[in-house]
Amino acid sequence: MELISPDFGYIFWMTLAFAIVFFFIAKFAFPVIGKALKNREQKITEALEQAERTHEEMKNLQAKNEELLKKAKEEREEMLNEAKISSDQIIEEAKEKAKQEANRIMESAKESIGNEYKAAMTDIKNQIANISIKVAEKILEKELSKDEAQMEYIDKIIKETEEKMGDEKVR
Amino acid sequence: MRNWKYIVSLSFLICLIFTLPNFAKAENEQKEKFNAGEVILEHILDSYEWHIFTWKGHEVSIYLPCIVFNEGKCYTFSSRNFRENEFYKTVNKTNSEELVFTIPHEGDYKGKIVIVNADGTQKRPFDISITKNVLALFISCALIIILFYLVTKAYQKRGEKAPKGLQSLFEMLIVYVRDDIARKAINEKSVDKYLPYLITVFFFIFINNLLGLIPIFPFGANITGNIATTATLALFTFFITNLFGNKEYYKDIFNTPGVPWFLKFPLPLMPIIETVGCFTKPFVLAVRLFANITAGHIVVLGFISSIFIVAQISVAGGVGMSVFSLILAIFVDCIELLVAYIQAYVFTLLSALYFGMASKEEK
Repeated sequence: MELISPDFGYIFWMTLAFAIVFFFIAKFAFPVIGKALKNREQKITEALEQAERTHEEMKNLQAKNEELLKKAKEEREEMLNEAKISSDQIIEEAKEKAKQEANRIMESAKESIGNEYKAAMTDIKNQIANISIKVAEKILEKELSKDEAQMEYIDKIIKETEEKMGDEKVR
Repeated sequence: MRNWKYIVSLSFLICLIFTLPNFAKAENEQKEKFNAGEVILEHILDSYEWHIFTWKGHEVSIYLPCIVFNEGKCYTFSSRNFRENEFYKTVNKTNSEELVFTIPHEGDYKGKIVIVNADGTQKRPFDISITKNVLALFISCALIIILFYLVTKAYQKRGEKAPKGLQSLFEMLIVYVRDDIARKAINEKSVDKYLPYLITVFFFIFINNLLGLIPIFPFGANITGNIATTATLALFTFFITNLFGNKEYYKDIFNTPGVPWFLKFPLPLMPIIETVGCFTKPFVLAVRLFANITAGHIVVLGFISSIFIVAQISVAGGVGMSVFSLILAIFVDCIELLVAYIQAYVFTLLSALYFGMASKEEK
C-alpha cells in the first residue's frame, strides 16, 4: 500500500525542488540557450541562402563566359574565312594582272616584230630597187660592146648583186 | 538485509574477476531467511536513513534529519535515534508533555514516523523529514542545475559556434524536445510559453531515471519510481494546462461542439465526461511513469534476488544462478536505459499535447 500512497512530506520537498529547477531553467538557462540556438539557426539559414545565391551567380557567370568564348570563336572563324577569301582574291587578281601584263608584252613584242619586219621589207625593197638601178646603170654602161660580153657582164653583175644581197641578208 | 544491493553491485565486478565465492559468502552472512519481496520493496520505498554498505558487520549509513510538525510545533531529530532505540522521546517545552516517536514495522503507518499516544494508538504527524528520496532528489536537482549551468556557460562562451562536448549532448535533446515534441503538439504562437517547462520536465525525468539505475551512493534512490514524484509532476502539468487554457479549450469542455444537444441538456453528460477527462489525464501520466520505472526496478531486483533464493538451497546452485541472473539483469538494465528515455519522452510529449489542446487556435 505504501508503494502507491504518496507521502505528503515528500511532495512538499519535490514541489520545492522541482520549482527551483524549473525557475533556474526557465529564467537563466533556457533564454540563453534558446537565443543561441535561434541565432545559430538564423545564421545557418542565411549562410545557406548566401551559398545558393553565389551558386546562382557563378552559374550565370559561367554561362556568360561560355557565350563570350563561343562568340570569340565565331569571330575568329569569320576572320579566318575573310582572310582566306581576301588572300584568294589577291592571288587571283595578281594572276589576272600577270596574265594581262604577259599578254600585253607579247602583243607589243608581236607588234614590234611586225614593225621590224615591215621596216626590213621596205629596206630590202629599197635595196633591191637601188641594186636594180645600179645594175641597170652598169648594164647601160656596158651596152653596145658585144652581145656575148654583154650577157656575161649581166650575169656577173647579177651574181655580184646576189652576193651583196646574200651578205646583207646574212648581216 | 538492506545492504545486499550494494554487495551485489560490488560482486558484480568481482565475480567476473575472481569467480563467484563472494556471493556465497554474502549469502552465508544472511542469517535470517531471505525474503525477496520484502527486500525488493525496501529498495523501492523511501526510508529515513540512507544505507550505503555493511563493513565487517557494521552498517554504514547516513542518518538523515527528521522534521516533524505536531500541533503547530516543530520537532527535529536524527533518524539515528531509531537505530539505537525503538522509541525516541522528547518533551514539548510549552506544556512539558512527553512525546514518543517511533517507526512501526507493521500496520497502516509501516516505515513512517508516528507519535505513540498514551493509550498506545498511533498518530501520523505532519512529516517533512529529509528522507533518502528527498536527499537523492536534492542531489539530482543540484546535478541538473549544475549541468544546465555548464551548458548555459558553454553557449555564452561559444556563441554561435558549433556545440561541443556536454553542450552538444544537451543541444541534441533540447532541439529534439523543441522541434519534435513541442512544435508538433503546440501551435506556433504559444510554443515559447510552454517550452521551458517541457524541457525541465524532460531533463528532470530523464536524469532521475538514469540516476535511479546507478546502484551506488549518492544515486540509486527510486525517485521517478515514487508515486509522489510522478504525482507532483502530473499536478504541475495539470495546473499549467488548466490555468493557461484559453476560451476555446474551456468551450470544448463545457460546450463540446459537434455533439447532439441531448448529451448536454438536461443531463450534462459530455461536460461531465470532459471534466473528468481533465483529471484522468494527469492521473494517467503519474501512474504510467511510476509503474514503468518501478516495474523496471522490481524486475532487476527480482533477477538478483533469485540468486539468493537459489543459494539458500545450495551454494553451487547460487553460483550457477548468479551467472544466469546477472546476464538477465544486465539485459533488463539495458532495457531500463531505453525505458528511461522513452518515459521521459512520453511524459513530455503528453504534457505537450495537453498544452496544445489548451492553447488551440480558434478555427
